Amino acid sequence: MAEPILEVRDLVKHYPLTRGILFKKQIGAVRAVDGVSFALDPGETLGIVGESGCGKSTVAKLVVNLERPTSGVIRYKGEDITRLSGRALKAVRRNIQMVFQDPYTSLNPRMTVGDIIGEPYEIHPEVAPKGDRRRRVRELLDVVGLNPEYINRYPHQFSGGQRQRIGIARGLALRPEIIVADEPVSALDVSVQAQVINLMERLQDEFGLSYIFIAHDLSIVRHISDRVGVMYLGRLAEIGSDAEIYEHPTHPYTQALLSAVPLPDPTAREHRDRIILTGDVPSPANPPSGCRFRTRCWKARERCEVEVPELAVPEAFRGLRGPAAHPSACHFAEERQIVPAGGGGNGEGRDSRRETQ
Amino acid sequence: MLLEVRDLQVEFHTRDGVARAVNGVSYAVDAGETLAVLGESGSGKSVTAQAVMGILDMPPGRITGGQVLFQGRDLLRLKEEQRRRIRGAEMAMIFQDALSSLNPVLTVGAQLGEMFIVHRGMSRKQARAKAVELMDRVRIPAARERVDDYPHQFSGGMRQRIMIAMALALEPSLIIADEPTTALDVTVQAQVMDLLAELRRELNMGLILITHDLGVVADVADRIAVMYAGRIVETAPVYEIYRAPAHPYTRGLLRSIPRLDQKGRELYAIKGLPPNLLRIPPGCAFNPRCPMAQDVCRTEVPPLFEVAEAPGAAEGRRSACYFWEETLHG
Ligand SMILES: Nc1ncnc2c1ncn2[C@@H]1O[C@H](COP(=O)(O)OP(=O)(O)OP(=O)(O)O)[C@@H](O)[C@H]1O
Ligand SMILES: Nc1ncnc2c1ncn2[C@@H]1O[C@H](COP(=O)(O)OP(=O)(O)OP(=O)(O)O)[C@@H](O)[C@H]1O
Ligand code: SF4
Ligand code: SF4
Ligand SMILES: [Mg+2]
Ligand SMILES: [Mg+2]
Repeated sequence: MAEPILEVRDLVKHYPLTRGILFKKQIGAVRAVDGVSFALDPGETLGIVGESGCGKSTVAKLVVNLERPTSGVIRYKGEDITRLSGRALKAVRRNIQMVFQDPYTSLNPRMTVGDIIGEPYEIHPEVAPKGDRRRRVRELLDVVGLNPEYINRYPHQFSGGQRQRIGIARGLALRPEIIVADEPVSALDVSVQAQVINLMERLQDEFGLSYIFIAHDLSIVRHISDRVGVMYLGRLAEIGSDAEIYEHPTHPYTQALLSAVPLPDPTAREHRDRIILTGDVPSPANPPSGCRFRTRCWKARERCEVEVPELAVPEAFRGLRGPAAHPSACHFAEERQIVPAGGGGNGEGRDSRRETQ
Repeated sequence: MLLEVRDLQVEFHTRDGVARAVNGVSYAVDAGETLAVLGESGSGKSVTAQAVMGILDMPPGRITGGQVLFQGRDLLRLKEEQRRRIRGAEMAMIFQDALSSLNPVLTVGAQLGEMFIVHRGMSRKQARAKAVELMDRVRIPAARERVDDYPHQFSGGMRQRIMIAMALALEPSLIIADEPTTALDVTVQAQVMDLLAELRRELNMGLILITHDLGVVADVADRIAVMYAGRIVETAPVYEIYRAPAHPYTRGLLRSIPRLDQKGRELYAIKGLPPNLLRIPPGCAFNPRCPMAQDVCRTEVPPLFEVAEAPGAAEGRRSACYFWEETLHG
């Protein structure tokens, strides 16, 4: 297999918690990301899911270098980018771009669409000479399925789905190799969401892009991802191929998450057992000892309190082949089927062809 | 009937012209019933709810026609003073963004207690006890210790539950929840929806739930109303609509849902763009995007047809499509 394009090792980001207005005193730290490792292959999509506040956006910001890690390594094509600065950093940044969540607030309302999409060229003028930029922006509009004649319009003149395309066009401007998309479709209705996802998949095939795709919606993550990582309280609980995670989850948190997905199809809903988690979510400023999930885990035992489970193929599955043998940070990992086969949607979406766009 | 909206019309005056956001919406909810409202972004779901609650921004908004009958009274004819008394006490709204709808400089207890002081004339001490009771009811752990905390000290899911507590404070007979779980992950979302369903049963409230999430709808709603370009285009019991939609727009929406149990290739997407509210197409507003459109669709606005799969079957189904029968069986 090819060398990964991106490799993250033991990534940590702590935000200081301070008290006092004039004389700030540090009284602790929010452990937003607390030891995350994964690799991303060229042309691959890695999905990241997990509950609100578990550190997904922080991982994204670290990878695109909007934030500096407290510790850990981020290797792009083998080179640690957390130590770079100046020109070398700028060159790497060009290749790792971000698409933001909210199409309503992430676009400057006073800039025309042409200026918004062309803005990255101001920061990286070497990519496109000044005289060539308008042409490039028109080309990008065309690539994402927007009329190039809209180049002088303002964001409020577009619908939500169109605005999300503007954000994607901007992310593509510098021809990056990696795009980190943080909840790119969460604010959209399902039909517009489908348009944006189809566009992202088409662009991936066309340009060989690698994606890190973050979302709350487990169905959409499965649809687009080759592999999926499940985060809990600043760490990865489980990681594997889409079939390994969705059909053979072994971590209790993943199982609970999957069992809570509301299914639209009334018949599918009758055939699954729902795991209701009790206990409240602990604070990332004060995570539980041992396994972080133990305060809500129905299987927790003494060992979970004292020993941190590593993200590795669990003892029970070591040496075995098959889909259950994938990394899962649980001392008592067991397979449990949650998603009823053949009933998670309404069936019609399967092979129907796109009408246009 | 607890609430009946009849032929509601709302427009906005903008620099570029008049945007017709709501063009004759009618829907009804009974006590103890949950009506889910779904539809395209910008189709008028929130504006309709704001008109019902009496919190529409006027101007630029203007209600140009229709009735909002609440327990038989037309709210649109009442004075603002009378409406204010109904709001909170008899009908309440839960907004999408809990953090920005709570006051950041007041403790949660003070905000909950306020309702009892203003509407019920209670003392501070009584109101505070009530606040603790409410926080208990929406399962905030250690409510007694946390009643003096500020909103930012709670997690997203807890803040959403506090908003629900606020809406429930005076035991209203109608609650409108506008995307109450969009910002929450699935485990917290499940807790919030279960709580709403339970309280609705307990207090026999009517609930209007606005959402993009068809899975949530299937979990809690009795009936669905689907909106497009400021109109209801289809309404039916939940199960019926999933099994066999009777409007091409609804069918397109259902087809676009990605599946949890399979990894697909390409998602179905309705072609084209949502209509410009300044220039809604003549005839059926969906006609430029509809795979079944005929000439009649381009000239005459379709009324809501009664849908009966077999004679006498499925009461109360309606579709604003000339070809509902073909859609239903196709
Ligand atoms: N600048 C900051 N200062 C202090 N704490 C922060 C900061 N940014 C994030 N946090 C905290 O770090 C944790 C992780 O936040 P993050 O935004 O990464 O979560 P997330 O997984 O993206 O959640 P969501 O699904 O709600 O977007 C949270 O507890 C958050 O409050
Ligand atoms: N203050 C306003 N001025 C002008 N137009 C407005 C105003 N408020 C709403 N609108 C328009 O009215 C239409 C209906 O908006 P509404 O908020 O009801 O949509 P919605 O169905 O709730 O959509 P979403 O699913 O995105 O929340 C939109 O096209 C919107 O642009
Ligand atoms: S290690 Fe223990 S507490 Fe953690 S998930 Fe596994 S069983 Fe639960
Ligand atoms: S009335 Fe005509 S255009 Fe409208 S949904 Fe029905 S078939 Fe399509
Ligand atoms: Mg985030
Ligand atoms: Mg809305």
